Amino acid sequence: MQKITREQLIDKAVSLLSDGTVECVLGWEKGQFDYDITPAVFNDENELRENFVWNDFCGANFSKYLVSKTRKCNGKMLVFLKPCDTYSFNQLLTEHRFDREKVYAVGIPCEGMADIDKIKAACGDGIISIDASGDKLNVHTLYSDEPISVSAESVFAERCMNCKSKKHVAYDELLGEDGDVIESHRFDEVAEIEAMTPDERFAFWQNELSRCIRCNACRDACPACTCEKCVFDNPNSGVENKAAANSFEEKMFHIIRAFHVAGRCTDCGECSRVCPQHIPLHLLNRKFIKDINSFYGDYQAGAEVGTRAPLVDYTTDDLEPGEVFERGGDNA
Amino acid sequence: MQRIGVFVCWCGSNIAGTVDVQAVSDALKNEPGVVFSTNYQYMCSQAGQDIIKQAIAEHKLTGIVVCSCSPRMHEATFRKTAAAAGLNPYMVEIANIREQCSWVHKDMPIGTEKAIILGKAAVAKVNLNTPLTPGETPVTKRALVIGGGIAGIQTALDIADAGFPVDIVEKKPTIGGKMAQLDKTFPTLDCAACILTPKMVDVAQNDKIRIFSYSEVTDVKGFVGNFDVTIKKHARYVKEDVCTGCGLCTEKCPQKKVPNEFNLGMDNRRAIYIPFAQAVPKVATIDPNYCTMLKTGKCGVCSKVCTAGAIDYKQKDEFIEEKYGAIVVATGYNPISMDKFDEFAYSQSKDVITSLEFERLTNAAGPTAGKLLRPSDGKHPHTIVFVQCVGSRCDSCAQKGKEYCSKICCMYTAKHAMLTRDKYPDTDVYVFYIDVRTPGKNFDEFYRRAVEEYDVHYVKGMVGKVTPEGDKLKVQASDLLTNKQMHIDADLVVLAAAIEPDKSARPLATMLTASMDTNDFFTEAHPKLRPVESPTAGVFLSGTCQGPKDIPETVSQAGAAASKVIGLLAKDKLTGNPCVAHSDEWMCNGCSSCERVCPYGAITYEDKEFRMPDRTTAIRRIAVVNPAVCQGCGACTVACPSGAMDLRGFASSQIMAEVDAICK
Amino acid sequence: MQINEYKPLIVAFCCNWCSYAGADLAGNNRLNYPADVKIIRVPCSCRVNPMFVLRAFQRGADGVIICGCHPGDCHYTSGNYFTRRRMALLFSMLDYLGIERERTRVEWVSAAEGAKFAATMNDFTEKVAALGENKRLEDLRCKR
Repeated sequence: MQKITREQLIDKAVSLLSDGTVECVLGWEKGQFDYDITPAVFNDENELRENFVWNDFCGANFSKYLVSKTRKCNGKMLVFLKPCDTYSFNQLLTEHRFDREKVYAVGIPCEGMADIDKIKAACGDGIISIDASGDKLNVHTLYSDEPISVSAESVFAERCMNCKSKKHVAYDELLGEDGDVIESHRFDEVAEIEAMTPDERFAFWQNELSRCIRCNACRDACPACTCEKCVFDNPNSGVENKAAANSFEEKMFHIIRAFHVAGRCTDCGECSRVCPQHIPLHLLNRKFIKDINSFYGDYQAGAEVGTRAPLVDYTTDDLEPGEVFERGGDNA
Repeated sequence: MQRIGVFVCWCGSNIAGTVDVQAVSDALKNEPGVVFSTNYQYMCSQAGQDIIKQAIAEHKLTGIVVCSCSPRMHEATFRKTAAAAGLNPYMVEIANIREQCSWVHKDMPIGTEKAIILGKAAVAKVNLNTPLTPGETPVTKRALVIGGGIAGIQTALDIADAGFPVDIVEKKPTIGGKMAQLDKTFPTLDCAACILTPKMVDVAQNDKIRIFSYSEVTDVKGFVGNFDVTIKKHARYVKEDVCTGCGLCTEKCPQKKVPNEFNLGMDNRRAIYIPFAQAVPKVATIDPNYCTMLKTGKCGVCSKVCTAGAIDYKQKDEFIEEKYGAIVVATGYNPISMDKFDEFAYSQSKDVITSLEFERLTNAAGPTAGKLLRPSDGKHPHTIVFVQCVGSRCDSCAQKGKEYCSKICCMYTAKHAMLTRDKYPDTDVYVFYIDVRTPGKNFDEFYRRAVEEYDVHYVKGMVGKVTPEGDKLKVQASDLLTNKQMHIDADLVVLAAAIEPDKSARPLATMLTASMDTNDFFTEAHPKLRPVESPTAGVFLSGTCQGPKDIPETVSQAGAAASKVIGLLAKDKLTGNPCVAHSDEWMCNGCSSCERVCPYGAITYEDKEFRMPDRTTAIRRIAVVNPAVCQGCGACTVACPSGAMDLRGFASSQIMAEVDAICK
Repeated sequence: MQINEYKPLIVAFCCNWCSYAGADLAGNNRLNYPADVKIIRVPCSCRVNPMFVLRAFQRGADGVIICGCHPGDCHYTSGNYFTRRRMALLFSMLDYLGIERERTRVEWVSAAEGAKFAATMNDFTEKVAALGENKRLEDLRCKR
């Protein structure tokens, strides 16, 4: 259960709206179910009281929305940022993607977000509502009179199980307490894949990526993918395609997408969260992050504003491309 | 659709020997866009070029492919041919079927097959070529020289000699630099001042040269041919045009306890001072850190004694903005700090000095009027130990000193040793060295004279420790040749401190977007072939800012830099390379990735208002490439995630078309 | 007579200033290497977009090699340093996806290293030929 309450957030938003600090609020809006929550812009108290939500399903990273939304907002926009969102926030500032002056950022603590698929796996379909109490989630379904209780931790999203930081790296104001950067095990799974034989790796990725339906959800949710026009949508790029016609194009799309965000990806995990086919896309991004850390020294995108991303930087004694395999470990 | 002509060259039997040229021209006839295809014995000959010209006219060709030798050989030739026939020269592509085909593949069918594929790739590329026109920019015919040492002086004189106006910006109150502080110069032993000061006077008297002394460059904008530079002229509290340089004020000033930087703090000067007798401009300067009048508002002695009325306590820093076509960096060097080398007791004893301090001690205009006396007690030293390579050729792991060789120390130490023995035959002189490096005209002869004629004790080995004890300096060293420890009771220890680029160089490099190496020396455009040019067009390098060098080398580099500047300023217009990057403003995110990989600083950003597809207007930050500065490497095109950045002449679509043609 | 032996298709991206000149020198010195190698001239190795590498594989290339000036000798001072980082990461990623690592290579060839160019191409072609056709990445539709 989240330590900070919906009411606290609404009160904060209302006070900032009423004193004129902000003009509108970027927040989470309730959907048809308790778990299908979408980002929305709220303009007044009524809208907030009615539709604003804050629960264990508010995973959406708002940083990306600031790029387009602040353009349409004349005054300041209030945005609520969980710790992991603040990294994307900084990265976008580094890339001059929005005007810092037009944003009022309120950092909020996050106790980890739930993965609805894990809940469905544990409690079955027909979920009517979910409420939280303590570290338990109570799931009400059509097929059972009594709510089914699961521990919040057991249904954490992957990125929350491997949470890299509870620390906010950017904010104007903080609600609740700030946490610390966490020594996570987020690279363990990458290492496991690296340890496979090439045939196993190929089979693994063939199986994963062949499920891709090219819905572009990963791209659309990714706070690093904020291009005005994506290369894959550009008829002059030579790689334009709306739908992958074969397994090569599936791989090409995901390799290029991961490459384009390499060194800029903050590992927020939005790509995997939104993938309707449950492809572990974060494992591609994390591979680049792991490589960058081991080849060029630890680098966390978005930890600070204005840092030079590893791919637009170099040292004269960087390792040679032929050496990466030796460095990558005994994964031959 | 293009109308492409294909011209296959036999190159005598060079190509035709292993490639069936007829088959190649026949095969390429059927490629998309190709309307004409032929082959000829020597395409580069006059007759061959006439075939091309004729075909361009006859078949109204919009592009041509020449299958011949390497483009590095004849691309320029065929571009001229095309231009002569009225075709844009950038509509020419070369398929290299000689160096990369007929000469390396012996088998005719294999060679022919590859030649056809290479031809197809070139045709595929030409299909996407667009006519390119090089941009032209005017050239401001004035040069800026930053630094007024011997390098800057020589460069300025040479440029002025060719008739172009030059400004020298020098941060000290006088030009002259390090050379003005030196006593004699190796290997001829002529006096530094005697050969430098006439040049300083030449600078002062040259009506093409302006000197901005006590000034620094604070901002540089623009690009080759068109730099906008802001120069900050520090207030010297003396009207430069009024002061006669009589020096009366510098004698009457009551503030006598100011360390004299010209003598490296070994004696004192007044708060108002002229650095040395031959200073240019010969104008007094008030040191605001010490002047009682400026600090407390009470005193005014200099103003009272100045008959010319040159003193102006209210003077303010002045900013001058000027346009230049070329900039020469001549920021020079400094000896490194001895802080990290306390084993030599530099901080503990006044009698451990650096070589530059030794220069002042032996200079007739120095603190001892040229008599070699110990700084501590003013006694004549009888045993002198010179230590070479202090901070030079250091191990990178040692975290102190420099990895490089400072180049000048071997020679000046030989000079010091020799001069000491010459003037004071009763002194014992030891020189400790790692190697003695004497490449240079008459250098080794000079060093051998020091050893053979002047009996200087050269010891291969390093000094481990210097300990002050009483009025002696206990020197502990090892002689590597005899493998013995040595203990010397020295009266004076002279450290040949490594030299490093002046601290002002790093911020200046940032302003100029000129690149530097890890030691903060400026990098050349090419280490062998363009040694006096910076990779940033219009920025040139003179003297030790580029690397350690002695006076003759500095002067020759200064002259070389000047000749490059003259070559640039002699042009009325600069014709650019049209194969440069350009950004599609609709796709650009303004993310700065391209700017960060650009080695030339060719990319800037501007905020531009856009009418967005949803009918709103938005101000977006977009990249703008300056085609006069871009050199066309293409680093930005890959750094750009959205593909907004592309390279003319080597567009992504063109390269992909080549890939497709080869892989088909 | 057509020998029905497998011939790999190699795409070599060469920078104009060093490696392309090195290839020319190999030609001047008549140093043989397989005709399977087809060179594409780029101004600098840093012009090579990972998309070009993938595109070559997509269209049926069996191996892709990128040649540039030696680090420190780049005509544009820093281009090959960026190439080095980009390709290190790209190749590592391809390996991670199970693509044979011998299919990609970066080699620094100066304008004076004609012999190195020929030797590199011989070696690379041999290694790629040993792997056989590039089945894992190529687009089967485009293969004739």
